[in-house]
Amino acid sequence: MALVLNEEQGMLRDSVKAFLSERAPVAHLRKLRDSRDALGFDRQLWRQFADQGYSAILVPEAQGGLGLGAVEAGIIAEALGRTLTPWPFLSTAVLAARTLARAGSPAQQTELLPKIAAADVVIAYAVDEASKHRPAAIAAKAARDGSGWRLDGAKTFVLDGHVADRFIVAARTSDLGLTLLLVDPRAAGVQIERTLMVDAHNAARLRFDGVRIGADAVLGKADAAGAVLDEVLDLGRAVIAAQLLGLADAVFELTLAYLKERRQFDRAIGEFQALQHRAAELYIDIELTRALVLGALQAVDENPAKAALLVAQAKAHACTTADRAVQEGVQMHGGIGMTDEFDIGLYMKRARTLQELLGDAGFHADRVAAMNGY
Amino acid sequence: MSELETFRRETRAWLEANCPAQMRQPVASESDACWGGRHFKFQSEAQRRWLQIMGERGWTVPAWPKAYGGGGLSKEEAAVLNAEMRALGCRPPLVSFGIWMLGPALLAHGTEEQKLEHLPKIARGEIRWCQGYSEPNAGSDLASLATKAEVHDDHLIINGQKIWTSYADEADWIFCLVRTSTAKKHTGISFILFDMESPGVSTRPIVLISGKSPFCETFFDDVRVPRRNVVGELNAGWTIAKYLLTHEREMIGGIGERSNVKPLGEFAADAVGRDASGRLSEASLRAQIARFEIDEAAFRLLLQASGDRARRGEGNPAMSSALKFYGAELNKRRWELMISAAGADGLEWEGERSNEGTLARTWLRSKGNSIEGGTSEIQLNVVAKRILGLPGV
Repeated sequence: MALVLNEEQGMLRDSVKAFLSERAPVAHLRKLRDSRDALGFDRQLWRQFADQGYSAILVPEAQGGLGLGAVEAGIIAEALGRTLTPWPFLSTAVLAARTLARAGSPAQQTELLPKIAAADVVIAYAVDEASKHRPAAIAAKAARDGSGWRLDGAKTFVLDGHVADRFIVAARTSDLGLTLLLVDPRAAGVQIERTLMVDAHNAARLRFDGVRIGADAVLGKADAAGAVLDEVLDLGRAVIAAQLLGLADAVFELTLAYLKERRQFDRAIGEFQALQHRAAELYIDIELTRALVLGALQAVDENPAKAALLVAQAKAHACTTADRAVQEGVQMHGGIGMTDEFDIGLYMKRARTLQELLGDAGFHADRVAAMNGY
Repeated sequence: MSELETFRRETRAWLEANCPAQMRQPVASESDACWGGRHFKFQSEAQRRWLQIMGERGWTVPAWPKAYGGGGLSKEEAAVLNAEMRALGCRPPLVSFGIWMLGPALLAHGTEEQKLEHLPKIARGEIRWCQGYSEPNAGSDLASLATKAEVHDDHLIINGQKIWTSYADEADWIFCLVRTSTAKKHTGISFILFDMESPGVSTRPIVLISGKSPFCETFFDDVRVPRRNVVGELNAGWTIAKYLLTHEREMIGGIGERSNVKPLGEFAADAVGRDASGRLSEASLRAQIARFEIDEAAFRLLLQASGDRARRGEGNPAMSSALKFYGAELNKRRWELMISAAGADGLEWEGERSNEGTLARTWLRSKGNSIEGGTSEIQLNVVAKRILGLPGV
């Protein structure tokens, strides 16, 4: 398969980019942050976004979705990365949509997938329990309780947790087995604490104390969620890598423009070779990430056997590139880069969050080594 | 079945029937390659035969026109041939600067007479070429070259010195940049071809830090060259030089791409051992290798993506500078990690155990990757100006 977008994908990229830069540019995030918005996102705008079909990408056609793939979801995420738009796209339209499509019962699918497509529901994905992403160490426990389950444990870094209509919780149900459970946030024993994050995007800590859950809340088979979880997390990681790519692109555009415009010593600072070479290296890194991210997204869609390795490579590379982009961005902007008024700081904060999300560069480099047999 | 599929089947069958078994062994070192030329000593009868039968089909240069000794294949067919050769592990029958560099330049800029005279001999491996570009005082600033060619009615007289001439001591002919006018820097340069056996040509090998001598100093003392050996217009050689440098960059940039080599992680694990859980026992080396493999995977996909973009007419010619820069830096990193993984064993310089210090010598040789064919700094200048549009010198 050619490592370029096809015509439809190119049109999707252009349209979502135009939509976001017009309706939800960085200023939109800034306004939500400064007003300490209770929801942390604008539900009306998010619905307009869904009206374009952008939330329906991964929802199967049978449930009113577009039935498209990771490449298209990556295109949306890349655009969201450029504008830092804080919508529940990753949690709901990617992680939850793919989990439901893969493992959901017909009843669960019929209830939730059309709502995801229409942006009528927020579903938060609760996996992490500690400061670092370590899905192999999930300790939240669901024990059999009559015909249902009793859930105990805590989750952290749960995106959109305080505004969610439903959680998907990964819980240990046996020594080796994990189970994915649909949990109602209003159930007795659920505690939700919104955590205001450095990037002004939504996240929460959750506690479950003896939460009773019906048998119909299991997604797929009990004790056997490992494979679905791995697949969904890898999809999420590839999509986050695309978001980091969009972010790096946007930061680089800002920085490059500044290099051409800012004058010191009677010349544009972009004339100085010390800066030119760093800009050129950053450009090359971004192009490398672009190729690798598209390769990973394509593999998720077309070549599952190779997807895990490519996704780990892509997430690691995108983390490193975006990190370089924001570091250079702030440094090359000089003093103005340190001011809250200027957008570059918002990009730096968001890049840090996206790096941690579902595994940083070190986590994924370790996976690459393990998969390559050393 | 599509025509291309038929071609694929026939090609595979022909290769299976005709490629000698010895020529399907992995290439172990640079000396396994067939460079051709008047004085080339074939390593084996199989190597000689493989060159001969591939040359007869024009498949040493599959995409060149048949009239010039090529295979007359379309780009797609040539890609199929390449893929089938790789699948069967067939060695390239011939490698040479004639194929990679002069050939493309002559096809684009040569006269019909020049094409007919030189291209078939390149295709059949009869003449081995070297490249006379750099001079002691013209490295990164190549256009300041001073080797002088005095223009007479039907010939030129060349005086001067070239340096870093790859394999000049083994080459039969040279393609060379010479100064035919001092009026202007870039538009006083001509691109000229001549026989290394011409009176007045001498070469002296340069010993590198690797202990090997792939490069020479080359001296010209009143060398007489027929006027018809100038390629393109007189004083217009810089255009051809730039065209060729792009090819060279792509070639050196592709160094990171190699088949039949043990993956780095495996090589390192064999060298330094594994812990109880099977991980490479040096944690820091393991992390560095993983980061390297990630970057290498990205580079391989960027090469592919650049090709795909170019086929769509969306490519940027300056991208070859980006690829050259990154491929060279990546290859240097590869050999740094290899020599580090090998530890003290990798430092043995002579003897059978180290295959005469192959690892150490290759590690040292790789340091030239970011100097030859335009330094990394020059490539970054090109990216900064031609792609990013940054102002300045």
